[in-house]
Amino acid sequence: MTSELKTKMKEADKPRLAVFKFASCDGCQLQLLSCEDELLTIADRVDIVHFLEASSHIEPGPYDIAIVEGSITTAEDAKRIRRVRDQSKYLLTIGACATAGGIQALKNWGDRSEFLRCVYAEPQYIETLATSTAIGDHVRVDFELRGCPINRHQLLEELRSLLEDRRPKTAAHAVCIDCKLNGTVCVAVASNTACLGPITQSGCGAICPKFDRGCYGCFGPAGQSNCHSLSDWYLEHGIGSKQLVPLLRNFNANAPEFREAGDRVDPTSNPGARL
Amino acid sequence: MTDSTPAQPQERIIKVDALSRVEGEGGLHVIVENGLVKDVRLAIYEPPRFFEAFLRGRPLEDVPDITARICGICPVAYQMTCVHALEKALKIVVSPEIQTLRRLLYCGEWIESHGVHIHLLHIADFFGCSSSIELARKFPAEVNRGLRLKKIGNRLLEILGGRAVHPVNVAVGGFYRVPKKDELTALLDDLTWGLDAAIETARWIAKFEFPDFDQAYEMVALQNDHEYPMNEGRIASTHDLSIEVEAFEQNFAECQVPHSTALHAMRIPQQTTYFVGPLARVNLNRDRLSRSAFQLSEEVGVRWPCMNPYRSIIARALEVVHAYEEALQIVRNYRSFAPGRISYNAFESEGMAATEAPRGFMFHRYRIDKDGKITFAKIVPPTSQNQRQIEKDLQAILPSLLEQSDEEIALNCEKLIRSYDPCISCSTHFLKLKVERR
Repeated sequence: MTSELKTKMKEADKPRLAVFKFASCDGCQLQLLSCEDELLTIADRVDIVHFLEASSHIEPGPYDIAIVEGSITTAEDAKRIRRVRDQSKYLLTIGACATAGGIQALKNWGDRSEFLRCVYAEPQYIETLATSTAIGDHVRVDFELRGCPINRHQLLEELRSLLEDRRPKTAAHAVCIDCKLNGTVCVAVASNTACLGPITQSGCGAICPKFDRGCYGCFGPAGQSNCHSLSDWYLEHGIGSKQLVPLLRNFNANAPEFREAGDRVDPTSNPGARL
Repeated sequence: MTDSTPAQPQERIIKVDALSRVEGEGGLHVIVENGLVKDVRLAIYEPPRFFEAFLRGRPLEDVPDITARICGICPVAYQMTCVHALEKALKIVVSPEIQTLRRLLYCGEWIESHGVHIHLLHIADFFGCSSSIELARKFPAEVNRGLRLKKIGNRLLEILGGRAVHPVNVAVGGFYRVPKKDELTALLDDLTWGLDAAIETARWIAKFEFPDFDQAYEMVALQNDHEYPMNEGRIASTHDLSIEVEAFEQNFAECQVPHSTALHAMRIPQQTTYFVGPLARVNLNRDRLSRSAFQLSEEVGVRWPCMNPYRSIIARALEVVHAYEEALQIVRNYRSFAPGRISYNAFESEGMAATEAPRGFMFHRYRIDKDGKITFAKIVPPTSQNQRQIEKDLQAILPSLLEQSDEEIALNCEKLIRSYDPCISCSTHFLKLKVERR
């Protein structure tokens, strides 16, 4: 946290909070509205001065805390995120779109003009970049909350820690460990299901194995995840690249660890384009 | 956020740069020339995300998880529409138990999505508040009741799908895991409370003041002889249309318009606008509402069919009552069952389906190759269908607003737009507007 923000917290006036959206589904912002029990309490501790989804009361910057959802897919948005950064003391990105480029980063493996022609009869009216990239590829980010969608408890913890001037308690271990703690039967071992649990960050509550399916990596790569070793293990155990590549290339396809792992297993396709 | 550009003495341009309290982001651009409304554009700056392009080549099993990400507010609607389309392609017939559990899941999403729109986005308009937080200071009991109503919808989605946003349990053929009876019955008290609270909420909302704005809409929704439509039915309209879902593309088309913002949907061949959403559903299916919801529809002082978009919030409130009552009945009668998922073999095929998203009718069509990969996808979400109708409504209402200040005009236009509950992120097709200043 910046010293200015700390000073502000000590003063009586409340920090000014703003929420900005880029290319996304709105689901992560919705998590803030889904904090039913805490929503009105948070609203008492901060001044929400820019949150288009929730309020038509809009104030210009500067902002103490900017929460950013979505990825950068247009030239205009690449400029807009710089303006947001310039006006914000603390910038928090939320969700797989903002932290890795989101599902729309699948276009990084495609041909932009062919994609345009596929969806639009008259593509000349569309403005879009060839890539979908994370906010952190464009500006400095103070903290990232992963997930597709983010976990609302993690969002609340992050906001509380900011208001209380302490480090947020967010786990960085692999979600695989959560299954062990929950006593959930391992789907990879018990039913040879491809599961990204060993390389995916904790945060979702390990829900997929609870529903008898493998983890599809929606919280992105865990710290020090060994993606190569896991993909080799699956390839040796009869899970082919046709299954493994789409699994690595979904909501966090453009997170560097997943991108490299997918491109390594599938050398035939174009590697994912970067910014 | 409005500004007025005095370009020429007789010309007045009203811009709302950022529409608020809608899902996704958009703006509004109005050009008035010599006192006449010359042009109205609902500007959407939601960047295109190309779902239909990158779905190609994906295993068909991925489609429910990927299309859910089109919209974080109604992911179940995308999951339901795509699994029904893919099951038609693969000739999978799911069991009545799976169908019922899918209705329960949809009840959860209607409760949650309508709950967000009614309480957090829309009601503030009726009391001159800028947000539900401001509204909560005036009506703490009502807002807290609304938040609890919505939260129970979220709980239902969490039990059935692991989480409320992008649930993980929907599969082609059924569910990855069928819930145990006690997981669902744990919700019985909440659902019982919710039904009463939803009824009180609907009564409260029906007493709001609504502007007179009846239009000659063609309202379109699924219609079904046996139940209030969610996943199955024929496509019906208030202009006596009644067709199979397979005939959708012969009766409705999307076309791209220069300098406009979306693939505009229209009825063909007549090229007219149409209206989808809760009001269309109630108008076309009122006698199939649950007992309490139907009774309420008689009491609330609305003459059906209702053609006033501002009263959509009443239809939404009636559907919350319906969803609670139906969820209660499903949970009371629920027994765990097997198999939860019907197995299938992929073959080269094509299938389409339509379901009722909280915001209205949605259509999907897919082609699959022999290896079970998607080769073609077409997704028609509700908001792109309503967009042209919203623009037409704005054209109709603006002449009566021209005496007002730009600020007031903008506010009144926003209110009309919000009554549709537009979900702009679900705009797989929305384009960026190029503002033309003349």
